[in-house]
Amino acid sequence: MHMADALLAPGTAAVMYAASAAAAGISIAKLRKEEKLGLEPTAKRLPTMAVAAALVFAGQMINYTIPGTGSSGHLCGGMMLSALLGPYAGFLSMITVLLIQCLFFADGGLMALGANVWNMAFYGCFIGYFLIYRPIMKSSWFAKKGTNAATRIKIVLASVIGCIVTLQLGAASVAVETAVSGITSLPFGAFLGLMLPIHLAIGLIEGLITSAVLLFVYETRPELIKEAQQGEEVKNRFSLKTTLIILAVVAIIVGGGLSLYASSNPDGLEWALFGNADEGYSENMGLDEEDFGISSEIADKAQGIQDSTSFLPDYAFAGDEENPAGTTVSGIVGSAMVAVLAVIVCFVGGFFRKKAKAASQQT
Amino acid sequence: MNKAQKAMLEMREMDELASMSSFVHRMSPLSKLMMTIVYIAVTASFNRYDLTGLVFMVIFPVILYQMSYVPVSTCFIKLRGILPLILAVGILNPFFDRATVMKIGSLEISGGVISMITLMMKGVFSLMFSFLLMATTRIDELCQGLRKIHFPRAITSLLLLTYRYSSVLLREVSNMTDAYHLRAPGQKGIHISAWGTFLGQLLLRTMDRGDSLYNAMVIRGFSGEFLYAGNKEYIRCSMIMAIIVCGLMILSRFYNIPAIIAGVFIK
Repeated sequence: MHMADALLAPGTAAVMYAASAAAAGISIAKLRKEEKLGLEPTAKRLPTMAVAAALVFAGQMINYTIPGTGSSGHLCGGMMLSALLGPYAGFLSMITVLLIQCLFFADGGLMALGANVWNMAFYGCFIGYFLIYRPIMKSSWFAKKGTNAATRIKIVLASVIGCIVTLQLGAASVAVETAVSGITSLPFGAFLGLMLPIHLAIGLIEGLITSAVLLFVYETRPELIKEAQQGEEVKNRFSLKTTLIILAVVAIIVGGGLSLYASSNPDGLEWALFGNADEGYSENMGLDEEDFGISSEIADKAQGIQDSTSFLPDYAFAGDEENPAGTTVSGIVGSAMVAVLAVIVCFVGGFFRKKAKAASQQT
Repeated sequence: MNKAQKAMLEMREMDELASMSSFVHRMSPLSKLMMTIVYIAVTASFNRYDLTGLVFMVIFPVILYQMSYVPVSTCFIKLRGILPLILAVGILNPFFDRATVMKIGSLEISGGVISMITLMMKGVFSLMFSFLLMATTRIDELCQGLRKIHFPRAITSLLLLTYRYSSVLLREVSNMTDAYHLRAPGQKGIHISAWGTFLGQLLLRTMDRGDSLYNAMVIRGFSGEFLYAGNKEYIRCSMIMAIIVCGLMILSRFYNIPAIIAGVFIK
């Protein structure tokens, strides 16, 4: 779900940066407040946050076989980090995971980082934690089954629902951000219809992996999961496999309904392909003539130069003289010249490199 | 080679590139960061039909790659991270946007094709530049630079520690994956029965490692702030140079330079 720089307009990217920066600021302030209340100093939490982030990063390299299919799933980690570290520390850790992915692996761009933090970390750590994970963990559901079994079911339920909902939100945000940026001709509905079902499956698998890991942690070191209520040991444990299967079914029904609703209302791809041609669709989507290019004096002059110099005027853009500084033949010729220039730069660079190498060998 | 090993190799490669020495390597991290941000913003802001204007932007990374001795080929491996989504968005453009905007002879080129090409170019160009930033700047230099402009300490310290420990954990994951596959030959990934225990065990060890790491750091005088030692000598006027380059980038956004160059020659 990593957004690339190319998919965002600078304005949208800046807005997303501001939103993510605000969330990060609040998280840092909250950690400081906790430090002042004498809970745990931030400096002490830092190493744990860092190794947990590194773990999530490394954990993404593990392939999990999905039973019954030939494919495999992966972990994203937002929900897991906030369950283990709390939402604020989890959010900051998730930012560093995304930063490392962005800086060293080019997963998502530097300009799109704000949007990526919002889509993947904010929803997972804040929405997923405050609206789904914590309420479920604090609820008294399944109390009849005994504390231990109830907690186990709640962990699975919270992480599966949490992952599905947060991934759907993230995927929807990707579609919204792309649409707002006006980058693509792909209609919003169609893109949404493309993104949501894919991320429904991804969310389900991620939820199941997260719940499996959290269950293991709960079994062995229950104190690490803060929301789990401490209680007396109960013997009849709910089998992991049964829970996973039940919850998978529930999640498919819940999430399937959700993304069916999203993709059929309107049924994007079909609507865009067949139902909209006679409504002047191509005029609405991006062929907006006033939006084109720039109208400065120099641009006009450049246009003038082109008008006077272009030797094949018929090959200009069809129907629109005010196109972005006129991508006429001169534009094509100019581009070719830029390409030649780039090659020359490479040759010159290579020449000097060889020279430097020879010089260093001589000495 | 498993995925974790590949990731380790990639990180190491970036480290090696960043510790080389060249003119670009010696520029101050903040000036390079500024150039990167301006370049990406300018590139992304081009109109989606402005193919010729965008073409000129290739000159900046090409020159800087030559000056920094960073091989361009290493950067293209990284495309696999961003290309899928760009392709998913871009490849459908020709189907949705069929209005002809250009004719070359009898060949009609639709707006969708142009916008698809510009989208791909934007993706590749911005990747080239941000790769250049990381290939010429070590992460500690970058964090040190960010601290100078009062970037939150929590994030820079966290980033440095996470970076340090990601290679350690990648090695752990790599060893565990290898061990698992040796015991389960012919199996593609981790079986569902081990989903929890596999990562869970590593997680428990990792949390303990976090505690001991903190203790070790406290013994060595850690109080929440990393002290950056061994200041590298940066080129003095690198900020001024960066500002000039940024100015050129912005100029080439407003003036279609390929068209102007061609306009001079075609007369």
